[in-house]
Amino acid sequence: MRSYFIYFGLMALPILGGLVAFVLRSIRIRRALLPGVASAHLILTLLALHARPAQILGGWIGLDDAGSLLLLVTSILFYAAAVYAQGYLRSESRTAHRDPEESFLFDNAPEAVFIGCLLLFLGTMTFVEISRHLGMIWVAVESTTLVSAPLIYFHRHHRSLEAVWKYLMICSVGIALALLGLFFLASAESSSSLLLDDVLRDAVRLPIPWLKTAFIFMLVGYGTKMGLAPMHTWLPDAHSEAPSLVSALLSGSLLNCAFLALWRMTQVCIAAGMNDFVRDLLLALGFTSLGLAAVFIVRQRDFKRLLAYSSIENMGIITIGVALGTAGYSGAFLHMLNHSLIKGSLFLVAGSILALHGTRATDAVRGLSKRAPAAARLWLLGLLAIGGMPPFGAFISKFIIVRAALIQGHWVVASAFLGIVFIVFVGISGIALNMVLGTPSEPKSESQAALSAAWIIPPTILLALSLLLGLFIPRVIGNLIQGASGSGGFWP
Amino acid sequence: MNDLLLILVILSNLRLLASSRLGACIKWAAWQGILLGLLTITAAWPHPPIQTWVLAIVAASLKGLAFPWLLFRTLRRVQVRREIEPYIGFNLSLGIGLVLLLIAFSLARRLPLPEGLDSEFWIPAAFFSLLTGLLLIVARKTAVMQVIGYLVLENGIFAYGAGAARHAPLLLEMGILLDLFVAVFVMGIALFHIARDFDHINVDRLVSLKE
Repeated sequence: MRSYFIYFGLMALPILGGLVAFVLRSIRIRRALLPGVASAHLILTLLALHARPAQILGGWIGLDDAGSLLLLVTSILFYAAAVYAQGYLRSESRTAHRDPEESFLFDNAPEAVFIGCLLLFLGTMTFVEISRHLGMIWVAVESTTLVSAPLIYFHRHHRSLEAVWKYLMICSVGIALALLGLFFLASAESSSSLLLDDVLRDAVRLPIPWLKTAFIFMLVGYGTKMGLAPMHTWLPDAHSEAPSLVSALLSGSLLNCAFLALWRMTQVCIAAGMNDFVRDLLLALGFTSLGLAAVFIVRQRDFKRLLAYSSIENMGIITIGVALGTAGYSGAFLHMLNHSLIKGSLFLVAGSILALHGTRATDAVRGLSKRAPAAARLWLLGLLAIGGMPPFGAFISKFIIVRAALIQGHWVVASAFLGIVFIVFVGISGIALNMVLGTPSEPKSESQAALSAAWIIPPTILLALSLLLGLFIPRVIGNLIQGASGSGGFWP
Repeated sequence: MNDLLLILVILSNLRLLASSRLGACIKWAAWQGILLGLLTITAAWPHPPIQTWVLAIVAASLKGLAFPWLLFRTLRRVQVRREIEPYIGFNLSLGIGLVLLLIAFSLARRLPLPEGLDSEFWIPAAFFSLLTGLLLIVARKTAVMQVIGYLVLENGIFAYGAGAARHAPLLLEMGILLDLFVAVFVMGIALFHIARDFDHINVDRLVSLKE
């Protein structure tokens, strides 16, 4: 009974909240709905972590370790975004905005649509995380695309329209390919139940050619949604044109959901004994993402796109971690956790910097530490943290992945990984220092609202959590990561 | 019977590649939807269970009626020209289509036929629709054509699912169709905005975001 309560609460709260937000008239109640639903969701998530509810509905719905971990990240990140949204929506509530880059006038989408879709977005991401049926996971991943599209098109102008069109077309086509992979899997499996536990149990008996084909299609499909190069082309546009709190959720939660879908299929293939096949494909995509992101990060002139390419880089790191087998899994999951917290924080700070300066050009922002000391500190620390500076958590997770490569004797993998990560670190810290130091530049717009507490506290908390993960890992999280990665995982 | 329907799916793909009118393309994609409904039934012949009937009727009415209606309505509202402007000409498209058909058959030959599939054409038809859809998406400038390309691609996948995954639970199939419906709906809204903002629905205008 308690399991039903938790699962239905997790799903129904955001979805009902989202539908209510569409029809509600009072602006204040509608805005209050965001932190209200977010905190209820967070409480239910913590309850679920504590109570470990059993699977329900014949095993279609259930929380395993990987799902719980992602649910926790999504819930924390959404809470931060919901608080941030209070300040953001207040500053965006006037009509007719001037675009700082090209100085045309534009309107925003109705706030009801924005808040409604934001809550539905939470609901669909939760759906991905609690599904134990490969088909339902597909349905859930596709629905995350559809409800997040209106969020990207919040600022109604031609650039965000272009971004949303690319997002819709590329992700829908990608996810459609994953559906074909799913059907291949279903036709290979004689019972065709597609319940994760059944598929894992029968994996050894599945015909290898079909399993391989299914994996390739799902890798391309979910890889598109996860932002792996060369299918990443939607990602920088969507992340840079969406409002910053949406970018934080896209990067910190949505990419993880796509990863979870891919992770499920990887597990099936590993259970069928296709370790080498999976490893080679994942390594290839992981390094393509890492390398491509490094090239674009080093010469990036737009700080939101910088963060977007950094997300591609980090998805590459996670993929490489998974490719390295049981020794790398714990590193991959820990890195996912760290990436979500740090990148969420960074996108929220980027939103403040954008509001303060009215531009996304890195060259136009100088002397941030004098104009907005708190935001400057967060920005610098966040960028160093994502680059892998100790004592932040991302250092440890990258360390585990390199160690996993070395243990298995993959010297080339380890050195290429370290080399690219180092280049990215240098590139990112150079840009960060240029923006923070120096004499303050003349801002294109004046908005002091971005200095208020609602804009600063959420990213501070997210970054502090990542620092905490670097200093010591709470037992709950440690157990989840170890459970998700299997018994053989290396743990520092 | 399955053979015939699958060959019709393949032929309708070739027709779509050769067509120069938006309206004709929407209609051919709709006919494909109806074919898929029939295919769902014939795949489970001689004793289709009740959920197969439900699935077939819902799929055919969505793909054959609702989507063309949505697309025609969008076209009317945005008053665009009905010719398709191609990046790749129609004859060349058809030529590429034939090459893709060969590729689809050779890919299918390398995969063993799953048990329960009685026709050699299931896999080639699925692959060919997929490739046709992708070709339509990249070879045509009009944004509406990209939506049609997406539908053709999805049709191919659905055709394969009708044969190979016909024991999949109805709930799952309905979830897939619901997602597809919302996708086309959201794309329709985006199309409307593109037409209003750019006075045009050609995607070659969408080029300001790069690097």
